Amino acid sequence: MNSYSIFGTALHRLAILCYVVFALFPLFWLLKVSVTPNDLLYSEGVRMWPSRMSFEHFRFVLAHSAFPVFFRNSMIVAGATAVIVTLLASLSGYALSRFTFRGKYWLVALMLLTQMFPLVMLVAPIFKMLSPLGLTNSLTGLVVVYTAFNIPFATFLMQSFFDGIPKELEEAAKIDGATQFMAFRQIVLPLTLPGIAATLGFVFTAAWSELLFALMLISGNSAATFPVGLLTFVSKFSVDFGQMMAAGVLALIPACLFFLFIQRYLVQGLTAGAVKG
Amino acid sequence: MASIDIRNVRKNFGIVSVLHGVDLAIKNGEFVVLVGPSGCGKSTLLRMIAGLEEVTEGEIRIDGVRVNERAPKDRDIAMVFQSYALYPHMNVAENMSYGLRIRKAAREKITAAVSNAARKLELQPLLARRPKALSGGQRQRVAMGRAIVRQPKAFLFDEPLSNLDARLREQMRAEIKKLHRDLGATSIYVTHDQIEAMTLADRIVAMHEGVVQQVGSPLELYDRPANLFVAGFIGSPAMNFLSARYEVSAGTASARLPDGTLIALSSGYQLEEGAAVTLGIRPEHVEMSPASETSLRATVDLIEPTGFGIILHLGLHGLPFNVFTLDRAALTAGPTVTVAFPPQHLHLFDETGKRALESSLQKGTG
Repeated sequence: MNSYSIFGTALHRLAILCYVVFALFPLFWLLKVSVTPNDLLYSEGVRMWPSRMSFEHFRFVLAHSAFPVFFRNSMIVAGATAVIVTLLASLSGYALSRFTFRGKYWLVALMLLTQMFPLVMLVAPIFKMLSPLGLTNSLTGLVVVYTAFNIPFATFLMQSFFDGIPKELEEAAKIDGATQFMAFRQIVLPLTLPGIAATLGFVFTAAWSELLFALMLISGNSAATFPVGLLTFVSKFSVDFGQMMAAGVLALIPACLFFLFIQRYLVQGLTAGAVKG
Repeated sequence: MASIDIRNVRKNFGIVSVLHGVDLAIKNGEFVVLVGPSGCGKSTLLRMIAGLEEVTEGEIRIDGVRVNERAPKDRDIAMVFQSYALYPHMNVAENMSYGLRIRKAAREKITAAVSNAARKLELQPLLARRPKALSGGQRQRVAMGRAIVRQPKAFLFDEPLSNLDARLREQMRAEIKKLHRDLGATSIYVTHDQIEAMTLADRIVAMHEGVVQQVGSPLELYDRPANLFVAGFIGSPAMNFLSARYEVSAGTASARLPDGTLIALSSGYQLEEGAAVTLGIRPEHVEMSPASETSLRATVDLIEPTGFGIILHLGLHGLPFNVFTLDRAALTAGPTVTVAFPPQHLHLFDETGKRALESSLQKGTG
């Protein structure tokens, strides 16, 4: 290795390090504030770690706030949205990838169109639509809205994964004796697991952290999701940063666990060896 | 085993017509090779027989039964793809047994069929491996194993050897031929490689631009090509063509080249005197001769030794002309050589490119 390439590698690593520090620093700060006792929060100045650690914020959030309810609501909404969207997007993505049908072009164009508007424009009409249906202030309403908004992107995502699976595999299965659906279920679907995992993860985190609609469609604590719940730590005269950060740290846990669970499916290369390669 | 009848089959993709009425009767146990350049419609025809493409017009019958509307799974055929198309998430044994498993065959029958096919193709040590852990040749074998375990009525091969290197291709070619001899199954094989077609086929179907050009045994196509396309496609290096005019004088038929040279023909043809014709001769049939009245002088552009023989790239009246010879003296050929055309090896094609019909009325002196 010559000096130029050592220098290049060092620069490269340094750039990655800078990025990682930049990306993870807010998370670190979240953790830091959540373990800082209230009396040290403002008295110690800017320090990287408090002189004394305490878990009182966590205890309070778990025992005396409505956080467990928010948490449960978020789990239900994000989990249901992820599963429903992935299921529907798999089927529609497969159709877009494999079949030609009348109006396909317009359907794709329409789906793209829905992605072009800022969501905030749609809040009022959606509220107007959901209100007479009794879907405001309900978790079902949130699942419906999140599902509708996530399906177009998830469909395109799944379509690209299906496009990557050689058509011959299905044709071989059909000649071997499979119906179209059997070929989809037994050959294509197992090979699309990385795509399914990616879509699940993407939709889950999107629904988990959505604030705008959750705030507009939900009033009261019983159906509030976690991002809305975080705002309850903001009172008229003060913001309880310690408890808010502790709730934030707790809310990170399911998202981390979820990605830990799906990451082995995210690993690509499952189709290697199917066709020449 | 089955016979396959293709009757006036046409295929359109939108407004593009790729097959213009194909008729073909394939006998039980026959090995038929569809050969032609890319885009000639041979793969489309094969996929229509498999049921992977719809038939626009005409009829396909397997064992006398119309199958146009049948799904691939109900046609009882097997297909080997160019890309192998092995299921990557299944091991070799599972790949081979998939067809039997989804048809709910008895477990003992599946095991017996898989081990039988594995033995035939020498795949026993690989049964537990996934496709990605196999070499190209091994994958090809698994693809063939998957086809034979089901004992289908017919085998379809879609350029199965195109992805292999030259040596492996030769080896697999011999194996496919042996397999056909052992199983006696009706087989349709698509390739653009005329050597594969010549070596494997009982009958070759030469196709071009969606039309069958000639159907016949490999040697029929080599010895008596029906038209310029077949003449140029079958054989390597390809046949040489020269423009000429048909002449008869003193009961002797001959062809006159643009420069005036008279080439003697072995027989008369049903052509009018002075008709424009194309004269064809295979590079291996051209004789390198000492200069004479009927020989032609050509310039040597390039000498290609192949080990077995030598290909001379010549210029004849400024047009490219190839000669294949086993005589190593050709390696030291000078800037010009003289060549002669033995009349019995000449092919004559009329203006439309069709093989000219011989007439018994006029016998040339040769």
